Amino acid sequence: MSGPFRTPSGGRIDRAAPLSFTFDGARYVGVAGDTLASALLANGVHLVGRSIKYHRPRGILSAGAEEPNALVTVIRDGGRVTPNLRATQIELYDGLVTVSQNRWPSLHHDVGAIAGCFSPLFPAGFYYKTFMGPRWLGSNWAWTRVYEPLIRRAAGLGRAPTSPDPDHYASRYAHCDVLVVGSGPAGLCAALAAAQAGGRVILCDEQSEMGGSLLSETTAIVDGKSALDWIADKIDLLSSQDRVTLLPRTQAFGYFHDNFIALAERVTDHLANPDPASPRERLWQVFAKQVVLATGAIERPLMFPDNDRPGIMLAGAAHTYLERYGAKPGHRAALVGSHDTIYRAALALARQDVVIAGIFDNRSHPDSDLIPLAREAGITVTTGATIIGTSGRLRLSKVRLGVLSDDGSARDAGDLACDHLLMSGGWTPSVHLFSQSRGKLAWHPDKQAFLPARSHARVWSAGTCAGDNELSEVIENGFAAGENAARAAGLMARPRVAVAVENAQTLNGGSLGELPHPNRHSRKMAFVDFQNDVTSEDLKLAVREGFQSIEHVKRYTTTGMATDQGKTSNMNALGIMSSQLNIPLPDVGLTTFRAPYTPVTFGTLAAHSRGDLFDPIRRTPIDSWAQDNGAVFEDAGPWKRARYFPKAGEDMHAAVRRECRIVRSAVGVLDASTFGKIEVVGPDASEFLKRLYVNDFRNLEIGQCRYGVLLNEAGFVIDDGVIGRLAESTFHVTTTTGGAARVLHLMEDYLQTEFPDLACWLTSTTEHWAVIAVQGPKSRDALAPLVEGIDLGKASFPHMSLAEGKVAGVPARVFRVSFTGELGFEVNVPADYGRSVWELIWQEVCLYDGCAYGTEAMHVLRAEKGFVIVGQETDGTVTVGDLGFGWAVGKQKQDFVGKRSLSRSDMIKADRHQLVGLQTVDPKIVLEEGAQITIESSSTAGAAALGHVTSSYWSDALGRSIALALVSGGRKRRGERLHVPMPGGAIEVVVTAPVFYDPKGERLGG
Amino acid sequence: MLLIRCPHCEMERPEIEFRYAGEAHIVRPPDPAAVSDEAWADYLYMRANPKGLHAERWRHIHGCGRFFNAVRHTVTDKILKTYKAGEPKPDLGAFATSADR
Ligand SMILES: [Zn+2]
Repeated sequence: MSGPFRTPSGGRIDRAAPLSFTFDGARYVGVAGDTLASALLANGVHLVGRSIKYHRPRGILSAGAEEPNALVTVIRDGGRVTPNLRATQIELYDGLVTVSQNRWPSLHHDVGAIAGCFSPLFPAGFYYKTFMGPRWLGSNWAWTRVYEPLIRRAAGLGRAPTSPDPDHYASRYAHCDVLVVGSGPAGLCAALAAAQAGGRVILCDEQSEMGGSLLSETTAIVDGKSALDWIADKIDLLSSQDRVTLLPRTQAFGYFHDNFIALAERVTDHLANPDPASPRERLWQVFAKQVVLATGAIERPLMFPDNDRPGIMLAGAAHTYLERYGAKPGHRAALVGSHDTIYRAALALARQDVVIAGIFDNRSHPDSDLIPLAREAGITVTTGATIIGTSGRLRLSKVRLGVLSDDGSARDAGDLACDHLLMSGGWTPSVHLFSQSRGKLAWHPDKQAFLPARSHARVWSAGTCAGDNELSEVIENGFAAGENAARAAGLMARPRVAVAVENAQTLNGGSLGELPHPNRHSRKMAFVDFQNDVTSEDLKLAVREGFQSIEHVKRYTTTGMATDQGKTSNMNALGIMSSQLNIPLPDVGLTTFRAPYTPVTFGTLAAHSRGDLFDPIRRTPIDSWAQDNGAVFEDAGPWKRARYFPKAGEDMHAAVRRECRIVRSAVGVLDASTFGKIEVVGPDASEFLKRLYVNDFRNLEIGQCRYGVLLNEAGFVIDDGVIGRLAESTFHVTTTTGGAARVLHLMEDYLQTEFPDLACWLTSTTEHWAVIAVQGPKSRDALAPLVEGIDLGKASFPHMSLAEGKVAGVPARVFRVSFTGELGFEVNVPADYGRSVWELIWQEVCLYDGCAYGTEAMHVLRAEKGFVIVGQETDGTVTVGDLGFGWAVGKQKQDFVGKRSLSRSDMIKADRHQLVGLQTVDPKIVLEEGAQITIESSSTAGAAALGHVTSSYWSDALGRSIALALVSGGRKRRGERLHVPMPGGAIEVVVTAPVFYDPKGERLGG
Repeated sequence: MLLIRCPHCEMERPEIEFRYAGEAHIVRPPDPAAVSDEAWADYLYMRANPKGLHAERWRHIHGCGRFFNAVRHTVTDKILKTYKAGEPKPDLGAFATSADR
């Protein structure tokens, strides 16, 4: 038997398929079709959790996604631990292991519940007020000594898992004519109408089974059939159509611009033994021409003192548990409310032999066909009645009744024993997704509800989410929405066959806000927001303290800010605000509905973008050699670059010193393949480059190259590189490693939109070429034996030459360039030959006791020569003049990108930050890059810095530290002593020229 | 994610294939040297930034690579028209009714 509270028959469960599960270590048996919540109820378990602030015992409030209390952790195995799942949505499987949360040592004996005794410590605005302890104790005293320990003890939902998630998650895009969200009667009919019109339709529903509210409908006859048979027919009809996709267990959680909707599909969570090849969840990103929202409505709790004990449940939820899951909420029921749902629930419970202790209708003159039926069934119905308190430590044992007077007060009318209390304050249309679509909501006083009005999105709402009430109306409007959506998507709607609905119960009523009770200012708590433990008193206090906007009250009291986003509480909070401020409810305003509708796992959002697939890595053709030879790598954008090649026992500094020394004395090779490369081709190629770069390229001879600087239109340096002319109309342009894509984008922009008259084409060749820099006095000797067709001689191939030939038998472009200040070459070979040519060059280099060097040595060598790195010496506010590169600017050029800006007044100020060298007075001190520079050794606070250190290294060649810096009016300060203030005291430095090594450039000429 | 119609590919493609490139129809002065500092600063920095219809540049960077222009409503994010760079700026007033409907 699957629990003492199971009904003998009926519902959507299979009593012949028992499933064993545990909750907090206790073993129970449920059946196929159960949720964890229904299975627990069938076993008589109501106590499922503790509340977040006061650790109050809590039970199952609802039967759906709106559940604020029954949050549990599901443990599948080591890495598969999922906290904070709603028991109302967890499908039972054999062997399911679940534990409660937020309690210690156990759910029944929870030490944290003592927090409830200190409830005056947790008033509205608690989080703000705690920062203001008594001043004489110091600003942080109250926080660190009292409040933080209390919060840490009390706070938190479930624990995050500690090991990586072993599951994988899928993601896909989908396009459709009509997406229907919600498969209750309105959604089913909308999907049918759209499918009949021939549309591509996606119908999704968060539940395991399609049908929505009809799954617990037992009285209505639809088209001459029971509701369940009618659903089965319609689902069959839909699933037989290729153009219809049915997605159960799929929550539409976000509605984004242009009808782009995100769905989260739970693929394996309901299975005892999931296929390891299957993803756990799947993210659907749907482009929908039209959307029909049929998202239903959520029942509201009532606010009376101690309205949160286990055993107190929404009346509609109890009806669902009974009719859909065959689970009775107890033996003896009391019902209270302002909506006819309480009568429907009572009648259904009575049919299953649950004793109805009484129905207490808040309304003085309720008018429902169900009332005479209830009375006929022997149920006592009291109108103008309420509940003013409840008792029972871990489970409701009795309620205290109240009689409502015309003046709005309540009079004590004694106790009534019961083991559960079902309440209904009416139903709130679920307009979350509509609101996310940036649709406007309109207040409908007759329905006491906010309903969808105008939207920019192509969206239709139908059913109870749109304020429909009677089943026939819901079905009619569902069809209409589906037809409208299909027509708007450009399809032809077919004529509809009318659907006859008989014997449907019509339920009316509802209220917003707190119920009257005599002990108004007692410490009894009437909860508005169950998940965040916000009471009606908290809201009233906030209003008394002067808060008027619901957005402020929400943040001040945290109402509606829990993971359930106030699904059951927001309207009641507005009701309290409205009566406290004495203004109409719609004037209080409405907080914004935000995605996700229910919490979504990070796994689903990340999908395949994790581990190696999270962020792509770029590796050069020579990368594998560097790995084989012990390189230590660093990131350069998406690239991995060899930083240095340590020999046994070397740290980075020792390795870099050795690499620098060998490049300066013999020869070194560097993998420079990451440099951006753009081939610029066409009759106007030279004119194009002239217009883009500060330099003049028209007089660049074939076989020559030139250092080029690129500005943005505002006049600031954004990239640099060497540009070589291979032929009259062919240029080989190099860019910085990080700037390659940006420069190509900028070039394309100018070529396509500003200079479309130029006949010129741009091709990224970064990945086409492997680049091997061979640098050092022995570089020519090492390289020459491998080179065919190019005479590397001093006169025939001078500095800044370029030629095509063969290197190691492979077609190559050889540049004579130097980023070290030494004689040097850069060999470009097609990427596929990169490693083999590198290895052959390496053999030659080894003959001269050369080395491979990495980016760190490259930086030191270039800094010794004062060569800048764009992005290190520059930050987007630095001009060619600031860098001292005025020589590079083509003097005859009328115009180039950024030229006009160079004459703006700010760009020619004498106090601009200019590139200088810095030498520390103590040569052993290496400055920190980024450190500020001041005149005084101890500047007054608030005084502006003169500039900052951009590069700083130990220079082995000079036997001292060197640094480059940007300093205000720096070029005029040569010889001045400045200071670099650091935590250990200011470091004295001398301003120098930004070239430290071989200032005359004699080493290049060799 | 938006679906954007590339006027060169003549196809609707997902937004991730495109890159935004700022306000459209801001022409680089043909002779910058002849422009005053104020006019040059306007060209560099001053943008309309409207709440409503906006003619703006996009590039189909992960597709055909071409730049084009679009009329987008900055409140609804709806793109009401795309057209090739170089074509005249459409009359934004003609879109106002459809965007505000
Ligand atoms: Zn395109």
